[in-house]
Amino acid sequence: MSDAHAHSVAFVRDTEIPAAPPPTRETGAVKWMRENLFSSVANTVMTIIGVLIAWYLLSGLIPWIVNGTWQGDDIRECREILGDSGGACFAVIRERWPQLLYGFQYPDELRWRPTVAFFLLFVAVPPALFAMFLPRWTLALTALYPFVAYWLIWGGSVLSPVFVAMGIAAGYVVFTRVERRGFVPGLLAAVATAVAVWWLGGFVVEAASGVLALEPVESRAMGGFMLNLILGVVCVSLSLPIGIALALGRQSRLPVVKGFCVVFIEFIRGVPLITLLFVANVVLSYFLPPESNFDLIVRVIIMITAFSSAYIAEVIRGGLAALPKGQYEAADSLGLDYPQAMRLIILPQALKISIPGIVNVAVGLFKDTTLVSVISMFDLVGLIRGPILSSTDWVGVYWELWAAACILFFVVCYGISQYSQWLERQLRTDHR
Amino acid sequence: MAALDTNTDGDRTAAMKVSDEVAIKITDMNKWFGQFHVLRDIDLTVFRGERIVICGPSGSGKSTLIRCINALEEHQQGSIVVDGIPLSSDLKNIDKIRSEVGMCFQHFNLFPHLTILENCTLAPIWVRKTPKREAEETAMYFLEKVKIPDQANKYPGQLSGGQQQRVAIARSLCMRPKIMLFDEPTSALDPEMIKEVLDTMIQLAEEGMTMLCVTHEMGFARQVANRVIFMDAGQIVEQNEPEAFFKNPQNERTQLFLSQILGH
Repeated sequence: MSDAHAHSVAFVRDTEIPAAPPPTRETGAVKWMRENLFSSVANTVMTIIGVLIAWYLLSGLIPWIVNGTWQGDDIRECREILGDSGGACFAVIRERWPQLLYGFQYPDELRWRPTVAFFLLFVAVPPALFAMFLPRWTLALTALYPFVAYWLIWGGSVLSPVFVAMGIAAGYVVFTRVERRGFVPGLLAAVATAVAVWWLGGFVVEAASGVLALEPVESRAMGGFMLNLILGVVCVSLSLPIGIALALGRQSRLPVVKGFCVVFIEFIRGVPLITLLFVANVVLSYFLPPESNFDLIVRVIIMITAFSSAYIAEVIRGGLAALPKGQYEAADSLGLDYPQAMRLIILPQALKISIPGIVNVAVGLFKDTTLVSVISMFDLVGLIRGPILSSTDWVGVYWELWAAACILFFVVCYGISQYSQWLERQLRTDHR
Repeated sequence: MAALDTNTDGDRTAAMKVSDEVAIKITDMNKWFGQFHVLRDIDLTVFRGERIVICGPSGSGKSTLIRCINALEEHQQGSIVVDGIPLSSDLKNIDKIRSEVGMCFQHFNLFPHLTILENCTLAPIWVRKTPKREAEETAMYFLEKVKIPDQANKYPGQLSGGQQQRVAIARSLCMRPKIMLFDEPTSALDPEMIKEVLDTMIQLAEEGMTMLCVTHEMGFARQVANRVIFMDAGQIVEQNEPEAFFKNPQNERTQLFLSQILGH
């Protein structure tokens, strides 16, 4: 017995077993189907039911799309062309396409301006999103974009956005100079400088309102998907920094700062967005001086930004809480001060952890911009629900219009989602 | 502190000599966590070039003590003077002390989103305002010293525990600290990696660095320490040069502790 044991334990391999390919019936499509679709009775039943459902849906959807027509200028012509084929009346999308994009009040001959602004977005956004591949100076394009886009979409003298930009730039320069005396004095000096530049700029703009002036377009004229994009882009890009500030503020040791952040976050999160929008639309004007011409879009932007920044703050707080305490201690022990530790050590990691949550909020925010339709702004949804569906030309063409709206939103949101997943992969620094 | 001239080995380099210049002076220091009195009447003077090992049972306050020295923990009573700078609530003094005092943690605490090189250059660039190129040269010098220059462009997550701890030491050294604190630097490591970290620390000691180590590596204590401090229940119970400390512990608790950790 003991001999046999010793024999089985002592073993030295002296030859290598060569690697062999797997048996042929264990590869290919047949194997995949057998394993994934028909591995058991229950699985087979599920597969058959799934195929039936898919068949039912597609047998309705495909003829609807294939037999659809893009011809005709109203619902009657459309029905004549379609006859009994059961196809879709895509003509409404062709005929109302410019309205769906720009709203029905934006002057036809000026539509090129938002279009240019839209395409410039593809120049301005990559430096921020793909910062690791592009040279640093390209970020200047991103910084410049809001002013260019504003000028293009709203028109007016180029001087107003120029002075706004100059105010911010001057504030930044002052901040970098004064910052060494402390963060708060730097911030105050920066704000004071910016306000001074804007105030002076106000006189100049008034005196020379004709300089490089594009024909002005009122905020009321903004509509369609353009309005959703404006609100979405502006609110997302504003609510991220504000959300970060709120999240850090909530961790602050200063009771006043902490208290303000907690109250702000809890209050805004506890209130429905629609309520805030009604407040923006109606109530806010009671509190403001009567002569103040506080643009409705600005009011809506403030409300949506406040709303989503409260959510983003909580998402980022989760990321901050997930960081081990040792990261703070290591940063401290190297002598980094608070802003440096946050900027270089804590936030890069906390934001990375928070990406899925932030994207969740961003996508939700973008879709929530359709809520402005309840305060009679004609965004994509408001426009379809109001002017288009209630016109005698296209009454009752629901499916086609809502499908178009869904596709427009889906393309943007899916893009955001794909980007965030790519970014997460990029930022992985463990074993790769 | 006449017992300081304790370089028992005659062949130790001159750098290991202890000067009579005071590096850290702690007087009557007390600290509480809430109601819990963690550190009680701590008096400790550390001279430049001295290497002190602090040991004791867990919960005895040894980590808290060295964490007070660079203000990671706040003390409530008494005074701590580091390199002539009094540790007060003044943030400027705290940041100044922190940039003079290096610290290595049990769990390394490298920055996982930065490469090894960036980990090492970050503080010199942002705190000392060293030009990037110069900071990188310094970093490579110290990475070579801890024998991992070839990992410079990897991320901490790709390194073994021992390598990470050596990077952490290099990261601290890049700030050219006058004092190094070690908080159980080998406790989270596999046995085979402990040696490479200890070797690095021994090398550092031989170059004359002032060091305070919380550790249970008694071999290390014997070899490089010129003082061993035993703490229990927030107090310094016994301190002596290593030879005497291990051979002839005076206090009962010290004897019990030593018999437990050296007993197997």
